[in-house]
Amino acid sequence: MKVPFSWLKRYVDIDITPEELEEKLFGCGFEVEELIRLDAEIDRVVVGVVTSCEKIEGTHLHLCKVDCGEYGRDIQICTGADNVYTGMHTPAALDGSTLPGGVTIMAKPLRGIPSAGMLCSGDELGLNEDLYPGAEYYGLLDLPKDTVPGEPIAPVVGLDDCIFDIAITANRPDCQSVLGIAREVAAILGKPLKMPETDYRITGEPVENFSIRVEAQDLCPRYLGHQVRNLRIAESPRWMRRDLALCGLRSINNVVDITNYVMLEIGQPMHAFDRDTLESSEIIVRRAREEEEITTLDGKSFKLGPENLVICDGEKPVALAGVMGGLNSEITGQTKELLFEAAKFARDSIRKTARSLGQNTDSSSHFEKGISEYSVELGMERALHLIDALNCGDIAPNRYDCDAGQAKEGKTFRASLARINAILGIEIPEETALEILRRLEFRVKKDGAFLKVTAPRWREDIEVGEPDLAEEIIRMYGFDHITPTFLTDSTVTNGGKRPEMKTEDRVKRALCSSGFYEAMTMSFYAEEDLDAMHVAKDAPERNTVRIMNPINANFTIMRTILAPSLLKVVVGNLKKGNTEGRLFELANVYAPKELPMTQLPKETKHLGLAAFGAEEDFFTVKGALEDLAESLGCCFSYERAEDVPYLHPGIAAYVLCGGERIGCFGKLANIMTRELDLPKDSKENYKIFLGELDYEKLAAHIPAQLKYKPIPAFPDLTRDLSLVTSEETTCGAIEEEIRKACPQVSRVELFDIYRGIQIGLGKKSMSFKISFRQDDKAIDQETEERYVKKILGNLKFRLGTEIRG
Amino acid sequence: MDERMSELRARIEEALANAHNKEELAVVWQNYLGKKGQVAELMKGLGKLSPEERPAMGKVINEFKGLAQAAYEARAAVLEALELEAKNRAERVDITLPARRRPAGNLHPITITKNEIIDVFAGMGFEIYESPEIEDDDHNFTRLNVPKNHPARDMQDTFYVADDIVLRTQTSAGQIRYMDEVKPPLKVLVPGRVFRSDSDATHSPMFHQMEGLVVDEHITLGDLQGMLDVFVRKIFGPEVKTRLRPSYFPFTEPSAEVDVSCFQCGGKGCSLCKHTGWIEILGSGVVHHSVLESCGIDPEKYSGFAFGIGIERIAMLKYGISNIGLFFENDLRFLKQFKD
Repeated sequence: MKVPFSWLKRYVDIDITPEELEEKLFGCGFEVEELIRLDAEIDRVVVGVVTSCEKIEGTHLHLCKVDCGEYGRDIQICTGADNVYTGMHTPAALDGSTLPGGVTIMAKPLRGIPSAGMLCSGDELGLNEDLYPGAEYYGLLDLPKDTVPGEPIAPVVGLDDCIFDIAITANRPDCQSVLGIAREVAAILGKPLKMPETDYRITGEPVENFSIRVEAQDLCPRYLGHQVRNLRIAESPRWMRRDLALCGLRSINNVVDITNYVMLEIGQPMHAFDRDTLESSEIIVRRAREEEEITTLDGKSFKLGPENLVICDGEKPVALAGVMGGLNSEITGQTKELLFEAAKFARDSIRKTARSLGQNTDSSSHFEKGISEYSVELGMERALHLIDALNCGDIAPNRYDCDAGQAKEGKTFRASLARINAILGIEIPEETALEILRRLEFRVKKDGAFLKVTAPRWREDIEVGEPDLAEEIIRMYGFDHITPTFLTDSTVTNGGKRPEMKTEDRVKRALCSSGFYEAMTMSFYAEEDLDAMHVAKDAPERNTVRIMNPINANFTIMRTILAPSLLKVVVGNLKKGNTEGRLFELANVYAPKELPMTQLPKETKHLGLAAFGAEEDFFTVKGALEDLAESLGCCFSYERAEDVPYLHPGIAAYVLCGGERIGCFGKLANIMTRELDLPKDSKENYKIFLGELDYEKLAAHIPAQLKYKPIPAFPDLTRDLSLVTSEETTCGAIEEEIRKACPQVSRVELFDIYRGIQIGLGKKSMSFKISFRQDDKAIDQETEERYVKKILGNLKFRLGTEIRG
Repeated sequence: MDERMSELRARIEEALANAHNKEELAVVWQNYLGKKGQVAELMKGLGKLSPEERPAMGKVINEFKGLAQAAYEARAAVLEALELEAKNRAERVDITLPARRRPAGNLHPITITKNEIIDVFAGMGFEIYESPEIEDDDHNFTRLNVPKNHPARDMQDTFYVADDIVLRTQTSAGQIRYMDEVKPPLKVLVPGRVFRSDSDATHSPMFHQMEGLVVDEHITLGDLQGMLDVFVRKIFGPEVKTRLRPSYFPFTEPSAEVDVSCFQCGGKGCSLCKHTGWIEILGSGVVHHSVLESCGIDPEKYSGFAFGIGIERIAMLKYGISNIGLFFENDLRFLKQFKD
């Protein structure tokens, strides 16, 4: 919200600097995002009087002597402008001066003739015609003859002003106007607010045979109309043009300018229809019909529907309510009679229309934020006053006023100062509290121990009572009056993480100790990311929660697996020259319970793992998983995984815990390695491993309470066995058979694999260290022999394994 | 006999002096001090003596033997020391060679920061609670006093996944879920991911928040500031002060933006605090009546305050990170810098 300081000062007698005001506004909840000084970029530019001026033959230049008062009475400046004349008062930019746009002027010769500065046009000072008459003339700015040489230029041309760009919080739409801010400033400074004039003369006979009807009262709770006849379209006065220009609006003509002026000043968007273009003597406010069309003032055409509110002249739409007028009823230089509209439209209706049609206007922005009925009334009065004061036309006697029967009073409620103090935790003197409320134009009456408070009509944000008043009082009184206390009166509560969060911490720490760094990636990605992982079109991972309004094409679905995110992180790291690393992420994946979704989707925590680099292989990653299992007190087993689309079918495994499949891990599939977005010659060398566990399944297997087991009384007995077996027999199978054959086996560890002629083709020798334990007694030689025999017998019978001779 | 002994003694001493290692020393033992050594021979010679001479001579020989053994031990000790020294010399390593290690990884800076904040509030009696990342309109907006047509919905760019289901825009949604489960007196902290359609150097479409809520009898705005004072001192340092200033959030009233005095310049003004001496860190306020009511809590009896902390914001301030994107890029050179 842009508020010019000079405009603000018309309503409040401000006796502090803009910086001081900025500070005070900030303390009351209005953050000035930028204090724009109009002359911020202008330095060492003064009024100069041209004392002599000669054309330099053969050039377009004039050689001037300029009187710049204290800066020099006889400064030589060359100028290319041909409107220069002896006796002209014009802005002179001296040596070393600066102009808007970062321009610096230095003394330097022009075509070999020394020039100690530059004479300026209005444009070069950042002026336009609305800010200063003559500013857009192509040539030097011709200043009045009463200006004094050497005087700084900014006050002379009205640039000694500043603009407050204020962030208005969503609860204060009443401050989306110069008057709204002035009201706050008056309260802050404790000064009276000078209200803008709203009186006007009524001329002529009442209009007959005209009516206004609101059909969609839910979308338009208030609609005011007033006719102005015998329009005298002309230029606006200078002060109005300047105010509009300071807020970034160009002057059009007096009538259009008045509507804009009222929007900026009062915060009420106004619209004016050309009465003669209205085809009937009736205005109807209604929902648009299916496929109904309108062309707005900017020439754009739209197909509408019942979700859009339109203003119609009996039959056809003549305005897109609250957004923009129709081209068909536009005010032109020929307009003789107009109908002013000031209305309140429902916020969300205007927002939806503006968004869906892509027509965001100053008007729609005001309506979206919220308009009070007070501003509807004030806006109309002010517009009519300006019509009269500027002599733009004759104001007809009749007023059309359509409402939905709502009260025209501010909200009234009972409040207790004691309870306001209880919210704030401090004692505010009663007189101070009442004074603050009165300054904010609340009507306050004492009613025994209570206060009877009526909120001003423009404060539609006041709804609850005491908390609202507490907020109003403390922001004016100052938050620095709050005394920090440390829950003096509150109950002791038991804090901390829930057990499942502590388990997550354990998992994360276990992985960190295995060299993994925690990663955090976006919860969303795109279908293409699943395509890249070769996930089949009908795979369960394709059942996704889809974002209806994604921020970009890369984030369109909520993820169903973490692997694509982590693979991207790996590739990103490789690209940056990080050649090895281990990463994990513990985060949610999402699955809809049904499509289209009518209830919240299922969120499941997954644990994603990635390891890459020359040192990594399947077994280092498997080792990391074993370490994790051990640290959690679980035990993992594995099954070959040949059908995980992104993993190598020969170097991948499912992870089982307590017999339940909880995830998978393995080497990135060859086809995927080939498709990675990495330099072609290098990527075959990358070893990338991915893993993904359903964390919730894993967590369910983590023993909640550990119990101590007595330390074995006798040391384990170990025995090495070398077994010859066929190539197909797996280590896991042998281990399983060893354990099955003899329950006293406490540990089986493969320590060597040998292949060679002595063993025979297609065979291998695997050497195991087997440990035996018996809790109650030591194992003697004889018993050990018996166990080994049992094991060998079982292995031979089940797997055809022989002992190596 | 004396002559023989002194000659033998000279030979033993020479042999010991010539022995330069354990093996040579063993030979000396064998030749002179062993069972068949020359000293033993001397002993055998005793047999030829008369019984009268024997005890005296035996004593002399024994003394001689003792001396010879002592000489031997001394030499052995010298050789042992030499040998150890040689071994030490041989085993000496270049201690500046690179270390061999399997370094541990570390937690993400967001997790580290989150845990630090959790520790502070857990110590004050806040229970840590998590709630869904995908929320219904009711929990994310309506029951937080942001009804359907409320302009505050525009304050946040919301991702929708169905008509009434959104990616939660604020962990405040967790307030409601918690108050459905737990009735006052209560203190809860809800950390988690939140989502908004916004992306630049300081905004990410996904980021982390932590919502704090206290509901009890007689809770005041002063309590909010007192608790936040403790929080900022623990996180940013004992000298740091808080400043409350009016703001607006639909679910609190009064609402306050909380600034901390700049911990880099001490409030004098620097680039971190944009020369204001203050840094905005969180939003807070007294819980709105309608929020309590929507959870079946009587606002006439109970009051409370709530605050929302952006974890990335705190981490960026603490670590001096200027681009939020770094947190989600997961460049190992970035991740490796943080220590828990």
